[in-house]
Amino acid sequence: MKLKKTYALTPTYCEVCFWKCAAWVHSDDQGNIQKIIGNDNDPHCNGRLCPRGTGGVGMYSDKDRLKKPLIRTTVDGTDTFKEASWEEALDLVAQKMQEIKDTHGPESMALLKHGSPGSHLEHLFKAYGSDTIGEPAYAQCRGPRETGFGLTYGSWVGSPEPTDIRDTKCLVLIGAHIGENMHNTQVQEMSDAIDNGASIITVDPRFSTAASKSQHWLAIKPSTDIALLLSWMHVIIQEDLYNKEYVKQYGLGFDALKDHVKKYTPEWAYGITTIKPAEIRKTARIMAAAAPSTIIHPGRHVTWYGDDSQRSRAIAILNGLLGSWGNRGGFFFKEKISVPKFPHPAYPHPKWGWHDIGENYPYAEMGITNEMIKASIPDENNKYPIKGWFVAGTNLVNTIPQKDIIEKAIESLDFMVVMDTMPMEITGYADVILPECTYLERYDGIRSAPNREPSIALRAPAVKPKYDSQPAWWISKQLGNRLGLADYFPYEDFEEVIAWQLKEMGTSLEEMKKIGVKNFKRKSGDLYLKKGQAYEFGTPSGKIEFYSEDLASKGFDPMPVYTPHDTPDSGFYRLNYGRSPMHTFSRTINNPNLSDLTDENKLWVNPKVARIEDLKNDQEVWLENQDGVISSFPIKVRITERIRWDSVYMYHGFGHNNKKLTRAHGKGASDTELITKIQIDPLMGGTGMRGNFVKILIDEPSKDIVL
Amino acid sequence: MKYAMVIDTLKCVGCSDCVVACQTENDVPVGYCRDWVTESVSGTYPSVELELKSERCNHCENAPCVRCCPTGASHQTDEGIVLVTADECIGCGACIASCPYDARYQHPDGYVDKCTFCAHRLKEGQLPACVSVCPTKCMYFGDLDDPTSLVSKLLKARKHKVLAPEAGTKPNVYYLI
Repeated sequence: MKLKKTYALTPTYCEVCFWKCAAWVHSDDQGNIQKIIGNDNDPHCNGRLCPRGTGGVGMYSDKDRLKKPLIRTTVDGTDTFKEASWEEALDLVAQKMQEIKDTHGPESMALLKHGSPGSHLEHLFKAYGSDTIGEPAYAQCRGPRETGFGLTYGSWVGSPEPTDIRDTKCLVLIGAHIGENMHNTQVQEMSDAIDNGASIITVDPRFSTAASKSQHWLAIKPSTDIALLLSWMHVIIQEDLYNKEYVKQYGLGFDALKDHVKKYTPEWAYGITTIKPAEIRKTARIMAAAAPSTIIHPGRHVTWYGDDSQRSRAIAILNGLLGSWGNRGGFFFKEKISVPKFPHPAYPHPKWGWHDIGENYPYAEMGITNEMIKASIPDENNKYPIKGWFVAGTNLVNTIPQKDIIEKAIESLDFMVVMDTMPMEITGYADVILPECTYLERYDGIRSAPNREPSIALRAPAVKPKYDSQPAWWISKQLGNRLGLADYFPYEDFEEVIAWQLKEMGTSLEEMKKIGVKNFKRKSGDLYLKKGQAYEFGTPSGKIEFYSEDLASKGFDPMPVYTPHDTPDSGFYRLNYGRSPMHTFSRTINNPNLSDLTDENKLWVNPKVARIEDLKNDQEVWLENQDGVISSFPIKVRITERIRWDSVYMYHGFGHNNKKLTRAHGKGASDTELITKIQIDPLMGGTGMRGNFVKILIDEPSKDIVL
Repeated sequence: MKYAMVIDTLKCVGCSDCVVACQTENDVPVGYCRDWVTESVSGTYPSVELELKSERCNHCENAPCVRCCPTGASHQTDEGIVLVTADECIGCGACIASCPYDARYQHPDGYVDKCTFCAHRLKEGQLPACVSVCPTKCMYFGDLDDPTSLVSKLLKARKHKVLAPEAGTKPNVYYLI
């Protein structure tokens, strides 16, 4: 394609969400970014960004950005922030980190992070001696599915998901709302699947966008998904519809599973899920007829009811019965290329770290952020006391449920520093705020992600950092120098690291600046299993484990079971939440381009509920949850047939209460602040967040009453 | 040559990427738009239907906005694209009132602005920004006079509709249903 000559093109990969699509930034010689366009050769986007990626330019132009380092101070008895030089701010952060290291040990300094900047700080933390590292992306999001699939196939699902949606004949979505979550490749391939005439089956109490594209929408009663999954297994086994050769060759414990699901008839499931037996049988047969080109999608945000690893395992097992894993149109074998590590001295060995903090959860494979928060509250029985936080790119108070616990933890800390591009709510709690520049203004690590074919993508700065902001690699290096760790940062500019790595990988920075993305040939074999091919899975037995000895040995159910969950009392509705396609969590709500598309969330209610509660469209209401927590801001009502009468729904991420976010402040309600009750996944520590119930308040609640 | 856009409502997820892409491509100020997404829900739970679609100027063959323009700023090219010459527009707003699709807006600089089918991109052999960005690939663009074009084939093969046919405007934006 011929491009306008007036624009310089700089390669990047997007940081507005975690999909990390590669793109070209078009900028003029004045340093203005005109537009961002997907890189045609990138398997994450195929030249097409999603609205957030296209609107990424708003992250750069947002006038509300953090502009100068800030240090907490007291003026006339009032807590406030003063502007500081980088020298002053970094000296203070290094001094406090050194104090914590000297007094408590480096392990007591925790890193809570999200996204690309986190990896620079991870390097700093490991050099400093702390492995006390966590991110909400695990225990508040996709952790349980990695456990469920890991126990079954010995392999994480990972990101991007190795779902072969492009070639599937049957796509089953359970609460996964592709098209509202704009996980780019998935959205693109679901569209291909529609073109190809694939069957789509959606299980969701809400008529999601994906449900509207489906031949079968199962309007399930919330929290009963495992019952449906067990019943599907029952039908597939009882009717002899499972993939016998595949199960025989690769499976372990099929007979035990067969016995286990014998009692889970569609008639049994009907009473629990409200899905008619005929519908359960019909959809099971459709899945089986399309198998092995069937995908029961693992979902992404799966921390719902506390038995989420087991639900994910049920999904994994069902895929196993159909032979989907390792077959065309099911799940492909992903491959990535490893980026060589830039040489540095060996990291010290911390005495304890994220793993020990999560020791009560035997299948936790990453730091459990909520456990790290709890470990920050002084308690004589706590063996792993955390005294300081470095928060990078994650707005914890709009991400982690139970705000009172977070606030208690922060109050107890010796020191807290927050690095972000925007004045997110979490910055208000910090002792020091470091303004990071946006992804459009900096280098970051090379993107290498597992996919059908390995690829790498370069992020280079398209424009100079605006205001007095700095990239995370620079901040990490500056802190490293001050902490006596200069040997770990043997470069002046991170560009040197990337140039060296690219050379090692057989390309160069010069070439990558021209192409942005480089694709490599597979080395690990085919995308799919060949018929009868010997294959050893990463499980203890080397087989697909329908029955898990490992789970049994640790006292857990070796095969998934259905457990009833609480349902709302009269006058209360289950609070469900999900994604707006125009936004990523709470981080984009203030983006001028994206807030222009959707600047507030609404409360979806069924017309029956509207009649009972006497609600009108766009009427402002407040919500009060089962623990008496009331939403800080009102939310407008949206009466729609797209939702069940036992639940309400809102987009996640709205209801910002920091006035410095001028477009986002006070717009809509925050789902997170209403999530005060959590159900912990006993396997891996995830926080189930869908067991909160709200009542609808028509009159503005008085804020003066203290009970 | 007769340009047309064909949009597959069965694939559109209503993400509004087309809106942002248009805004950044065409310097549309934040707070204004040349294209937008509509959602219509019908039926009752649990037998519900949802239609999402991206809307814009329909580049009507029988364009009321062109007919009513007192200065000739609103005009139609030989390929059927309805355009506004900003320099000739006095901002009277007659065209805005005449459009049954509410597809025009008054730019803060005074003139009336609207979708151009990205005429500047077409000249360079590129597709309109909205079409080229759409993650669901639900938008198609081409020449209806050419029976072998993808848009001609889609309209031949698939059930489709136009918006407000009763207005008699003969739109050139089609929706596959």
